[in-house]
Amino acid sequence: MSWQTLQADLSNTGYVASDDLAMALFLAVTLGKPLLLEGPAGVGKTQIAKSLAELRDAKLIRLQCYEGLDASHAIYEWNYQRQLLSIRAAAEERKSSAEVEDHIFSEKFLLQRPLLEAIRQDKQAVLLIDEIDRADEEFEAYLLEILSDFQITIPEIGTIEATTRPYVILTANGARDLSDALRRRCLYNYVDYPDRRTEMAILAKRCPALEDRLAEQIVGFVQALRKEELEKKPGIAEMLDWAAALAGLGVNDLADDPEQTQATLVCLLKTERDRAAVPREVQQRLVGKAA
Amino acid sequence: MQVTRFPERANGPAERLAGFMAHLRLNGIPTGLGETETALAALAAVDAGHVGEVRSALRAVCVGDAEQEKRFDDLFDAYWLNHGRSRDGTVVTHSARNMKAKSGSNYRMAPGESDEEGEADMPDEDGEGASAGDGTGRLVASKISNIEKTDLRKLMTPEDMTRAERIAERIARSIRDRRSRRRKAALRGAMPDMRKILRKSVQRGGEPIELFRKARPDRPVNVIAILDVSGSMTVYARVFLAFLKGLVSADQRTDAYLFHTQLVRISDALRDSDTMRAVNRLSIMAKGFGGGTRIGSNLKQFNAQYAAQSVNGRSVVIILSDGYDTDPPEMIDEAVARLKRRGARIVWLNPLKGWKDYAPVARGMAAALPHLDHFAAANTLSDLAALEPWLNEL
Repeated sequence: MSWQTLQADLSNTGYVASDDLAMALFLAVTLGKPLLLEGPAGVGKTQIAKSLAELRDAKLIRLQCYEGLDASHAIYEWNYQRQLLSIRAAAEERKSSAEVEDHIFSEKFLLQRPLLEAIRQDKQAVLLIDEIDRADEEFEAYLLEILSDFQITIPEIGTIEATTRPYVILTANGARDLSDALRRRCLYNYVDYPDRRTEMAILAKRCPALEDRLAEQIVGFVQALRKEELEKKPGIAEMLDWAAALAGLGVNDLADDPEQTQATLVCLLKTERDRAAVPREVQQRLVGKAA
Repeated sequence: MQVTRFPERANGPAERLAGFMAHLRLNGIPTGLGETETALAALAAVDAGHVGEVRSALRAVCVGDAEQEKRFDDLFDAYWLNHGRSRDGTVVTHSARNMKAKSGSNYRMAPGESDEEGEADMPDEDGEGASAGDGTGRLVASKISNIEKTDLRKLMTPEDMTRAERIAERIARSIRDRRSRRRKAALRGAMPDMRKILRKSVQRGGEPIELFRKARPDRPVNVIAILDVSGSMTVYARVFLAFLKGLVSADQRTDAYLFHTQLVRISDALRDSDTMRAVNRLSIMAKGFGGGTRIGSNLKQFNAQYAAQSVNGRSVVIILSDGYDTDPPEMIDEAVARLKRRGARIVWLNPLKGWKDYAPVARGMAAALPHLDHFAAANTLSDLAALEPWLNEL
């Protein structure tokens, strides 16, 4: 396999990756290293993990990070209630305390959370650690062991080594600085909004029925819109939504029906202020530019 | 395609690659043995004869964040395609030479050495601002011309800088650690809530089936500091930088920026453990130091580029500036208002405010004033220290 074939394969699943992204992903897969993707929201960072899973026919295990995420949510947890019942039962059987302890801290009572689950798959899985920058620094530290050695240490049991090494993809939006330790364990790619050609290709993949002229207009409009001063710039998903909306309404040319075009802008503009920032005149100007 | 040329005495790809890693390191991209190893493995997996592929592969391996990614292409060209300075030695001599250059005292932050565009900084209107009337304003001008001749390091003793840094660290820590002594009940948490567990277990004959937990209350604010280092602020820049360094190094969530004619994010450079080196690194980063001021457009850029991610309802944005702006005041007004809408609290520290009879009449300052949560002086270290109790009340 080369990175070009990976890029072509991804494209078959409907994901158009830039050369650099394809290369980074190829190296991550080949060298068995985690891949850290940064970039604005809506450029397809999460989607690439899904596409990779689809491509490799692998299970996608997703860990959505948030502030306050801790080890018991992400790695493993003891099934406390079962342990308690087991202790009760053991008391009636008059087992020794050492026996009970061995029993209740065995894997039977271990609840697997995404990270433990990911390294214990029979078949290589895709582990997506989404928005890692939302998690606390403490949690980042937990990740280090998993990302570099693919093992998890559970104090009561010992170290559990990976049966298979998952493909790991981390995404971040820059909510806070990630530690150097984490960055150094990962390959890196900054995913930016696609250029016009790439975005055309994405649109063609996802909405093949769309007429060329309208597709050109849609992409041109969205690209121009991203240059406007907006609080939330439309990403690829928004662009696809909009394309679907326009196609659904039977629009053939953006310039034909400004009224309707304006109404469909809700697909692209997600805050009140942004909507106010693109009145009809601005919309017309952008359509003019896109044409 | 351009011919790839390597340092003459390097033999073998491994050594060349090691040279490249050293080259990156010297230019602020922290690459080590691990990266070299990965890079070699990566090159084995791609077509190593194809410049584009090599570039792309090495970028994925060596680069750690978006800032570095921007610089990578130039560094790559400079090393492999010999676009940069010519170099004759091998890795060792190369680095030795650079170290020497760095330890010298060539990196001074002298005003007027800007090669950025933008007007030199002046109080924005005659008869207005702190420069009017009583003559105190002239202090700025005379000090600036003095600095041209004095090394700033003499002006600001290391002790002063250390003190500024300590104060900032204390502030940052007091904000960060301002947690309640009491824990609150939570679904997840570090410790079991024994009281609640026992109470509930009574219903079940003393069997603690449900495990309640308690956790620390939410983490308090994160600090974002934006420092104006334009001409009129140069006299304060060193101390403030030390102050920022203190803030940043005490807490990983703190972010620091400086601006003159453009905005630069300096959190990473500030995390350097050596104060002097950090400040030097900064002055290299900040070309145009001591140039004109464009507060409005810089804040606007901050909003567009960084605020979306890092500013939220639990942020305190500290702006250190004298408010003299060459941009139209509406720009400051709008930028500060927008920042405010993100829910952040905004503190403006103005060194001029400490002066007798100061009034915020500079147009930029006046425009920003209605949006501020706190407007304080900052021309002595004790002014900075006075910030602590205020921040603690948040």
